[in-house]
Amino acid sequence: MKRLTMRSASGILIAGTIVAALAGPSAMRAQESKPWDKIPIPKLHEFKPQQPKRIELKNGIVLFLQVDHELPFVSGSVLIPGGSRDVDPPKAGLVDMYGQAWRTSGTAKMSGDAMDDFLEARAAHIETGGDVDSTAISWDSLKGDSNQVFDLAMDLLFHPKFSEEKLRLAQQQEATAIVRRNDDEEGIAIRESAKLVYGTNSPYTRQPELATIGRVTLADFQAWHDRTLHGKLIVGVSGDFDPATMEAKLRTTFEGLPPVRTEPARHDAFAGPKPGVYFIDKEDVNQSNIQIVGLGTDRRNPDVPTLAVMNEILGGGFGSRLFQKIRTEKALAYGVGGGYGFAYDHPATFRVVVMTKSVSTVDATKATLAEIAGLNTTPFTEAELKRAKDDILNSFLFRYDTKDKILAERERLEFYGYPADYLETYKAALEKVTLADLTAAARKYIHPDKLAVLVVGNGPEIKPGLNALEMGPVHAVDITIPKPGHPAGVPGGAEK
Amino acid sequence: MQQRAFSWFLKGFLVLMLTATAFAAEQEQYLKSFEQKITTKVLPNGLTLIICDRPEAPVFSFTTFVDAGDVDDPSGESGLAHMFEHLAFKGTSQIGTKDYAAEKVALAKVEAANNAYEAEYLKPVGRDPKKLEELHKAFLAAQAEAQKYVIPNQFTEVAEQNGAHHVNAETGLDDTQYFWSMPENRLELWAWLESGRLSDTVPREFYKERDVVMEERRMRTDSNPIGRLVEQFLATAYVAHNYGRSAVGWPSEVSQITATEAMAFHKKYYVGGDIVVAVVGDVDAKTALPILERYFSKVPAGPKPEEMTTVEPKQFAEKSVIIREQTQPFYIEGYHRPSYRSPDDAVYDAIQDIMSNGRVSRLYRSLVEQQQIAAEAEGFSPFPGEKYPSLFAFYAVPLPGHTPAEMREAIHKEIEKLKTTDVTDAELQMYKTRARADLLRGLADNQGLANALAEYQTRYGDWRELFLQLDRVDKVTKADIRRVANQIFVASNRTSAEIDTEAPAASAKKDGGAE
Repeated sequence: MKRLTMRSASGILIAGTIVAALAGPSAMRAQESKPWDKIPIPKLHEFKPQQPKRIELKNGIVLFLQVDHELPFVSGSVLIPGGSRDVDPPKAGLVDMYGQAWRTSGTAKMSGDAMDDFLEARAAHIETGGDVDSTAISWDSLKGDSNQVFDLAMDLLFHPKFSEEKLRLAQQQEATAIVRRNDDEEGIAIRESAKLVYGTNSPYTRQPELATIGRVTLADFQAWHDRTLHGKLIVGVSGDFDPATMEAKLRTTFEGLPPVRTEPARHDAFAGPKPGVYFIDKEDVNQSNIQIVGLGTDRRNPDVPTLAVMNEILGGGFGSRLFQKIRTEKALAYGVGGGYGFAYDHPATFRVVVMTKSVSTVDATKATLAEIAGLNTTPFTEAELKRAKDDILNSFLFRYDTKDKILAERERLEFYGYPADYLETYKAALEKVTLADLTAAARKYIHPDKLAVLVVGNGPEIKPGLNALEMGPVHAVDITIPKPGHPAGVPGGAEK
Repeated sequence: MQQRAFSWFLKGFLVLMLTATAFAAEQEQYLKSFEQKITTKVLPNGLTLIICDRPEAPVFSFTTFVDAGDVDDPSGESGLAHMFEHLAFKGTSQIGTKDYAAEKVALAKVEAANNAYEAEYLKPVGRDPKKLEELHKAFLAAQAEAQKYVIPNQFTEVAEQNGAHHVNAETGLDDTQYFWSMPENRLELWAWLESGRLSDTVPREFYKERDVVMEERRMRTDSNPIGRLVEQFLATAYVAHNYGRSAVGWPSEVSQITATEAMAFHKKYYVGGDIVVAVVGDVDAKTALPILERYFSKVPAGPKPEEMTTVEPKQFAEKSVIIREQTQPFYIEGYHRPSYRSPDDAVYDAIQDIMSNGRVSRLYRSLVEQQQIAAEAEGFSPFPGEKYPSLFAFYAVPLPGHTPAEMREAIHKEIEKLKTTDVTDAELQMYKTRARADLLRGLADNQGLANALAEYQTRYGDWRELFLQLDRVDKVTKADIRRVANQIFVASNRTSAEIDTEAPAASAKKDGGAE
């Protein structure tokens, strides 16, 4: 399940690490024998991950075919550039609702409801959805039904017929999410801390409101669909099929489309948070959710391999500085972790999270901040470097241990314009990371004075109060859900 | 390390039971192909090993399935099974320690100090605050002394440095599962680590870990509206059986569990007969089996411990819980149903599928699409466990402006239809087809397969039941569905729980102590 993983990674400098640095790892670990070191580790079985076949059509559309005969299923997807960050602010929420209504509306030939009956009777699926930078349609069925399901998916891709009724349904779903968004402590914490980093009106954090979703019309859906369908589509198919037949079919379907039009590159400004302490009072919790955030980077940054190793040391798994210090040594939290984020085409966030009982909010925050600051003051050790690299490199093959993962990775790289051998060069770069690289990266990227601390918690229970952090005045963040501007913006009677 | 999730927002919860299928020929074919890939061996200590060779990539996944969970926690010690599961990550006498002989002595002193402190703390009369403070200091000092010998997290660090992926465990009411994936050349290392922690657990850093688990409780239950609601819902639905008890543990109990209690739980339940270990991936049984036998033979021998014998008495009065607070409304209700061993188990699955699975399901079509009163509505079962008689539950998330009462009424209407009118042929066929496809889809995932094989081996004594159960699925009839619906979906067998949203002002008054 999606969760802030219980063992989330992100640990920063620990007192124990200081001792290790002074005394040296061997003195620290005075264990005479390490029985596990005597267990033979044979050479790994040879493995050549099966790459999908890539075909670039003359119009710029890219096809991937990944054959896998293990089970009698065929699945596929079309990835379409353009997502919620490209929506006009007054209509925030459009892409979410489009992602729902596209599928539930159906086509002129077959309504969404009829499609539900047709597909479910065959244990098949066609789904659509929207994300921050893309939308997608995907399908999946038993081999015997795959031609019919493919045709249906293509009908939906090229000839959707958006319905008023399904727009309303999508608005109701969206309205439910909006009115419930302040019930979930973690949800509040992640959402509001992202706003601190990117700004409230950033394309990356702009949130749907009852008023904005009320403004979205069927014409908006159609216009969005027509506009994005001209982009560089990435088509991926995997499963139990004959590759020549499938290639011919995909060519027939996509070759006739006009040359793809690329939308102009985005030029977003990323200022990072205004440093300080921010607070959201939530009366029905007994645990504070603390988010320490700043601006991260993108994967084109050549320092990313070093940052990945630094993240592993800070918060990667059970051995990391944060886990060791905050959870194991101080027992202040069950959930603690985080690190310096990197996204494919824009700066991600630096984010460290810790969840602790109300009364230890200040203690846990201070201890966590100390670990972050410690990246610059507690020297990285050879032992830490080795552990981090072992962790990452020895589990690296789980990025491509199934044919579907390999296909998904290739589609991702194609979408963001990265070379097909990115994983290999990335791995090679990880292997070369040195202590000096880590020290330099910490100096360059870790600036505790540029971070914001957001606490969501039960105000009266937090003792000592957040003033004890001594980071200046505590800014209260208002998360009141705005009432819709006009009655038309109130789907499903949300005014109540 | 986690308590099994309660949230129905996470639909994966029920998917684990790869129930049902309607395919005779294919069932035969897949069963045969799996019989060739799978090797099973029961060791002299009672532990069952299952190896499934699936060489798609040079990796393997394992599940260690222990047939003991929080339902087995002794009275007054709720949360114990989960607490022990956390301990199983702390290492053994050979890993995680600088000097085990000395550490063992120090740990005994921690236990003595805790006992002394607790005895004073729990005195009903005449507790001496000064003495209590001294005893607490002594307790902390004993822990600090023991800590000197600890190499924190060495067990998991060694696993992760050797490529362990998704290291985790889950404690449910029925059972406890440990799992991760690894490169295939670490099989022997894994067998050393896993057999070590099963047989040679050390109550290391126990009292700090207890604080960590308390934080887990605050996160999952106390600070989460649905977590709070479900805890009250189950506590109300059951009057005798442990399914009604907080699985993560009531605060006063889990905060007082001792290492001695955790080790006693281990001694009783972590015996060969109670454990199945399944390994799936690039693992050749010919070479692997002798290695696994050698390591897992270390687990103490023992037959399955006696199962708890409390039987929930028949419910004869409808019960309800209303939580009035500022969070958004929610509705859930449940009806007692038999355990997974009931001959009607597949009938319950059919009802769940027809009522809840996808946009064609009755609850979605009725509450979400047609009436437009809910954002989500589903039925699910068995909950909160499957080993003992359990609940068939329904929930709905009201749209803005709609109430739990409307959810309740709409759900009851749909239930009534099940009782009075046969489901359609198409609906029944859909259930059987989807069950088949879901089973097949699950076969391509090492971890999912390891979980399923271990679970079916434990629950039915034979992993083949994963395929054979489809016969029962195939036999479900429309009459079965009506019969079962009429049996259990009656008011006197119902418990409901809801959140009624309270205006902020009223709630402020409550804070003032009106309660």
